[in-house]
Amino acid sequence: MEAGGDAAAPAPGDAEDVEDTQFPSEEAGDGGDVHEGSPDPEDGGLEETGPETKEQPPDLLSPLPQSEAPSCTCGLWSPAASENSPMGGPESGSGSQGGDPSDEDWRSKRKHVFVLSEAGKPIYSRYGSVEALSTTMGVMTALVSFVQSAGDAIRAIYAEDHKLVFLQQGPLLLVAVSRTPQSASQLRGELLAVHAQIVSTLTRASVARIFARKQNYDLRRLLAGSERTLDRLLDSMERDPGALLLGAVRCVPLTRPLREALGALLRRCTAPGLALSVLAVGGRLVTAAQERTVLAECRLDPADLQLLLDWVGAPAFAAGEAWAPVCLPRFNPDGFFYAYVARLDAMPVCLLLLGTDPEAFHDMATCRRLVEDGMHTLGAMRALREAASFSNASSASAPAYSVQAVGAPGLRHFLYKPLDIPDHHRQLPQFTSPELEAPYSREEERQRLSDLYHRLHSRLHSTSRPLRLIYHVAEKETLLAWVTSKFELYTCLSPLVTKAGAILVVTKLLRWVKKEEDRLFIRYPPKYSTPPAAPAASADQASHNGLFTGP
Amino acid sequence: MALRELKVCLLGDTGVGKSSIVWRFVEDSFDPNINPTIGASFMTKTVQYQNELHKFLIWDTAGQERFRALAPMYYRGSAAAIIVYDITKEETFSTLKNWVKELGQHGPPNIVVAIAGNKCDLVDVREVMERDAKDYADSIHAIFVETSAKNAININELFIEISRRIPSTDANPPSGGKGFKLRRQPSEPRRSCC
Repeated sequence: MEAGGDAAAPAPGDAEDVEDTQFPSEEAGDGGDVHEGSPDPEDGGLEETGPETKEQPPDLLSPLPQSEAPSCTCGLWSPAASENSPMGGPESGSGSQGGDPSDEDWRSKRKHVFVLSEAGKPIYSRYGSVEALSTTMGVMTALVSFVQSAGDAIRAIYAEDHKLVFLQQGPLLLVAVSRTPQSASQLRGELLAVHAQIVSTLTRASVARIFARKQNYDLRRLLAGSERTLDRLLDSMERDPGALLLGAVRCVPLTRPLREALGALLRRCTAPGLALSVLAVGGRLVTAAQERTVLAECRLDPADLQLLLDWVGAPAFAAGEAWAPVCLPRFNPDGFFYAYVARLDAMPVCLLLLGTDPEAFHDMATCRRLVEDGMHTLGAMRALREAASFSNASSASAPAYSVQAVGAPGLRHFLYKPLDIPDHHRQLPQFTSPELEAPYSREEERQRLSDLYHRLHSRLHSTSRPLRLIYHVAEKETLLAWVTSKFELYTCLSPLVTKAGAILVVTKLLRWVKKEEDRLFIRYPPKYSTPPAAPAASADQASHNGLFTGP
Repeated sequence: MALRELKVCLLGDTGVGKSSIVWRFVEDSFDPNINPTIGASFMTKTVQYQNELHKFLIWDTAGQERFRALAPMYYRGSAAAIIVYDITKEETFSTLKNWVKELGQHGPPNIVVAIAGNKCDLVDVREVMERDAKDYADSIHAIFVETSAKNAININELFIEISRRIPSTDANPPSGGKGFKLRRQPSEPRRSCC
């Protein structure tokens, strides 16, 4: 993770993101329009930036890295690819429920995500049935191994309006086929999140072991039931891109004394082998405490925390108490933790207790009762219910606030990630954003905004020429993105705002965030607690944790 | 009134309706779009049986293959196991036989086994004959019922039958054992946790 802890920032070597702008960055205060030189044949870049267009500098050098396959339109999307599909997988006869590559509806999806084994065996497809896609996936495998045979690795193909991004992770191949304006590096970030989700279910070690033993193993057998989790993950990344783009988690707005009291409560309530306690509401963090014995050396990666926050939001955890193994891919991709998940007091408030002992359910259940009692004493349940009721009925389970609270007319939405945080705080990158309100109530409007945020993000974080400030006049809104040493900010403003007005709004917003930061963020994350002696989670646990490990 | 805690676990293939049975029993509700269980979920329900209160500590396990090796954690120390199959899917009945075998080899020796053929409202697409399942259940001295969590058929009856089969606390010979091998009551019936 590079400076700023931005998980979605292009990793070193992601040199293929050639669509990134080649312009000198324009400084704050100047607020000039930025236009895009778009070396990618298919990438239109940002929409024309309105009437204030300056002169268009010519495209600068756009060297294609060697790893980049040349743009080509292969037969992947031609109907012909599906004609011989019956000879695909063993079950291909049954797989015609809308997943046929010749199906117009299927072909018109904005973003496909596929997971397959090295042997070309389908594992997951976001749309359609994987059986019908055996042939299509066969083509993907062929592309990958063709480039591999030349001692190279295929990373992306730019084909007309599509981007195809390939990611090989051990014996798994992940492919994104997208018509969204996301950069290849952003798509790769999403594929990594999909892979992390699979690893969190099975562990990397057991996936490797399974395929080492039997190359054409059908991994769907082991992933059965978790396809929906992947679907949910991909949908949420599209609808609410903040967490992945900024590599940060979102907190429930809460007064500082109450949050600190809850943090202290979590630290007080320990159990043998307990590694991490998390209180969350609707995928947003209330507070968390980690145990010195287990996680002291290793800070919890925000991607792991986000994965847990998404995971406990699964509908399967809506009732009762659950006990399930889960792997934190960034912390240790090869070992399982055991998670106790329960909703407190029939509220959307969720408690997650993560431990190393597979038999500790009842200790955790006892711990949960302590937390629950403590929260009653603090009156925290009411406060959290109030926090949750800020939001409108549509998302009553996700506590949010209205952008009106900022008191800056013309401001429609924003993403704000503080970077000026105390050192010990870096273990917990956070961001805040208000609820999406009208005019972003419809799916397509949200998609447009998400697309714009993605474009701006990829410009700010361009590997070749990063920008610090972008003022972008789009068709239906004006956006201002700004990264400094203190924060990373994306704002969406009314389309009628003037440049001076935008600066005013942003100034107001920054002042508001400063005033509210104790409520919006966990400024002082709970320190470690000192639990009873507990075994540390280690890689070797994967081999004898009692979980199914292969065929 | 005496309170007894009975640990019960549900086993069976994915999608046969284990969670739906538990939901019907505990909450008396049914959700046709229920989500696959992750790991296992724990619920309790207390019912009166004769002059005792029976608190069922129910472990509803996930049916997916990847969780199969976790099952001993849940059936160990169980007073009863409900093995569920889907009457409309032959292969879930084969899975059931594997569970019976595993319980025979590794389960507690005196565990009460109940076989539930769920989704009996879908008789039109039945694949497993009631007679065959009943004969099989009799051959292993297990409780057998066909259930429908959707239409609330035989759900409570299933748990009542388990209550009846569990050896009573005064160690008297149980009433309806049908030759089922019953030793002493489960060793720790009063532990608050299982």
